[in-house]
Amino acid sequence: MLNITINGKSIQVPKGTTILQASREVNLKIPTLCHMNLKEFGIINQSASCRVCMVEVEGRAALVPSCSELCTEGMVIRTDTKRAIIARRTAVELLLSNHPFDCLTCAKNLECDLQALAQELGIREIHYTGEKMNYPIDDSSYALIKDPNKCIMCRRCETMCNEVQTCGILSAVNRGFDVFVGPAFHLDMVDTSCTFCGQCVAVCPTAALTEMNHTGKVWSALNNPKKHVVVQVAPAVRVAIGEMFDMDPGTITTGKLVSALRALDFDAIFDTDFGADLTIMEEATELIHRIQNGGRLPMLTSCCPAWVKFFEHQFPDLLDIPSTCKSPQIMLGSMIKTYYAQKMKLDPKDIVVVSVMPCLAKKAEAARPELTKDQNSDVDIVITTRELGQMLKIAGIDFAGLPNSDFDQLLGQSTGASVIFGTTGGVIEAAVRTAYEWITNETLEKVDFVQLRGLEGIRSATVKVGDMNLRIGIAHGLGNARKLLNDIRDGISQFDAIEIMACPGGCIGGGGQPYHHGDMDIIKQRQLAIYQEDQGKVLRKSHENPYIKQIYDEFLGEPNSHKAHDLLHTHYIPKERI
Amino acid sequence: MSEVFEFDKATEKLKLLDAFIETQPTKEEAVISVLHKAQSLFGYLPPDLQLYVARKLDVPAAKVYGVVSFYSFFSEEKRGDFTINICMGTACFVKGIDKVMSEFSNQLGIKNKETTADGLFTLNDVRCIGACGLAPVVMINDKVYGHVKAEDVGQIIMDCKEQKGV
Repeated sequence: MLNITINGKSIQVPKGTTILQASREVNLKIPTLCHMNLKEFGIINQSASCRVCMVEVEGRAALVPSCSELCTEGMVIRTDTKRAIIARRTAVELLLSNHPFDCLTCAKNLECDLQALAQELGIREIHYTGEKMNYPIDDSSYALIKDPNKCIMCRRCETMCNEVQTCGILSAVNRGFDVFVGPAFHLDMVDTSCTFCGQCVAVCPTAALTEMNHTGKVWSALNNPKKHVVVQVAPAVRVAIGEMFDMDPGTITTGKLVSALRALDFDAIFDTDFGADLTIMEEATELIHRIQNGGRLPMLTSCCPAWVKFFEHQFPDLLDIPSTCKSPQIMLGSMIKTYYAQKMKLDPKDIVVVSVMPCLAKKAEAARPELTKDQNSDVDIVITTRELGQMLKIAGIDFAGLPNSDFDQLLGQSTGASVIFGTTGGVIEAAVRTAYEWITNETLEKVDFVQLRGLEGIRSATVKVGDMNLRIGIAHGLGNARKLLNDIRDGISQFDAIEIMACPGGCIGGGGQPYHHGDMDIIKQRQLAIYQEDQGKVLRKSHENPYIKQIYDEFLGEPNSHKAHDLLHTHYIPKERI
Repeated sequence: MSEVFEFDKATEKLKLLDAFIETQPTKEEAVISVLHKAQSLFGYLPPDLQLYVARKLDVPAAKVYGVVSFYSFFSEEKRGDFTINICMGTACFVKGIDKVMSEFSNQLGIKNKETTADGLFTLNDVRCIGACGLAPVVMINDKVYGHVKAEDVGQIIMDCKEQKGV
């Protein structure tokens, strides 16, 4: 232990403690901007580039950044001297002097860490005027917008993109005043191997990286009397959207969410969870087929579009290992445009499918050329949890005060198995629940496979299914996925089935979720809520969903049938890595 | 992108570059030295060549581009036979390097970072090259010219042309 003094208080801290961490022990809140620490995920951004957390250390001529400076024995620290405060304010004023003043109309208004900091420090005047950056805005993709003029070089996005996701799309470019974060050769994001996971957006303190907003298209569709507008909602949305309406993180708002969508006047409100149940039917069948027929193992899940794009770019030689299943949102979109359209005697051309997703990659996924049928996209518009929250606010809907209501039938009923798709480990647990019963012909009494749960980056477990041991691997975060993929390529993988989610935590930590502002507890609460929602369901195995049985009886035949393949499966395309 | 790989002897040059990469103890730390080698072989670092280096070293292209765009010594544009590097470091600046710069600019009829139409000269300002005792300093390819005055510029240009036999 080290003995240190902060602002006159003597405390003991373990070796390796930063001044910032030590200051929290004595209830001090040193302002920070670039700093980010999601420690359970092992994600830390400690670039010390913003110079906002400067403090004074006795005997040191220069101020030091408290986020990266380690405590030493006998260190005497003052966080509140005039010199330190002036230095912090100067750092913020200089950042603001080269920042657009469009806060009122900015996508991050009231969600911006820089704005919050300026308020916290009481900045009322900027003493510096000078040149401002003037770079073109990159809106080349369906998923995100990059505005270099709002970049403050905190490097959080680089940490996410390079260290956590190992995609390597973003780097500091140029030098001095001209520096900003961007892809190689000033390429547009759409021309890179970006997976659009959106984790850069999730951690950007300003609006340098934001989602591509598609709410305008949704409003237009809703106001077009000729269109039959159907909405579907992903599992992770229902445990997060409440945060935008001052509800506690982890509040389950499924019933309110349905009421809110009804208030927006959607013609039908379906549950992506139904698509997830359908995915399990197809994926479990595919897995059993591969196991029993000496097929390619391990089989990898394919629900996560960022993960799909990742392996297309990074492992184009392994395109035969992921399941061929489309993701739940696309499966449901496909069923809406075919099965539902048929039942309702609607022309698919008149149907608009809107997805509400915790994800930016889902926007890019819905635009993939091979995921369209008969010139109609399976899913027409994708909006994020945040965008829906904004729509509800615009519409003046009092979300927290809404009563509960149920999804519309036909494609609205779901099981607990599909709810857990929203968290890391959930898809594979859902698949095991079904595969177990199908392989053994026995009823699975205990459906909770706790050995598959948790937040560790890479997990593994063996599940006894009849007389076989099903070896399961789980990874979340693309860097962790890469490790598993490398093992498969090197032939040392010992798994039969692997679930991969691009975002840390799975969809609950998706790039389209309400901003967590670096608070890891929020993601944990969402995960607890997901399992709680599963627990509360009467049916907890996908194949027990009566409407799933009905759709196979009436329309699809059986899992992996010719028709199912045509409508619910896809293929992958090798892509360049840049 | 660029036509760098269509040039004369491109395959030969790439072989030399590959051989150089083989000699590097670690790939990740070799980015700067490999880029130096690539630039010395090809004369400049167009995107294709940067991408080639990135893939050879198994580092992201964005990282390589970050390095190339950071150091003024690296050029993404094709350069003339003679790159006139004008040191803009503090010592050179104080000693009047700006006059030398504008003299080169006037006599060659090009601005900083541009190349003459005959492909002979490229004018390039650089950060301190570490020869402050000789300030103001101009470095043309590998040759260092110290204590350069505006009136020396004409002769320096003539010397280069003579060297090329123009």
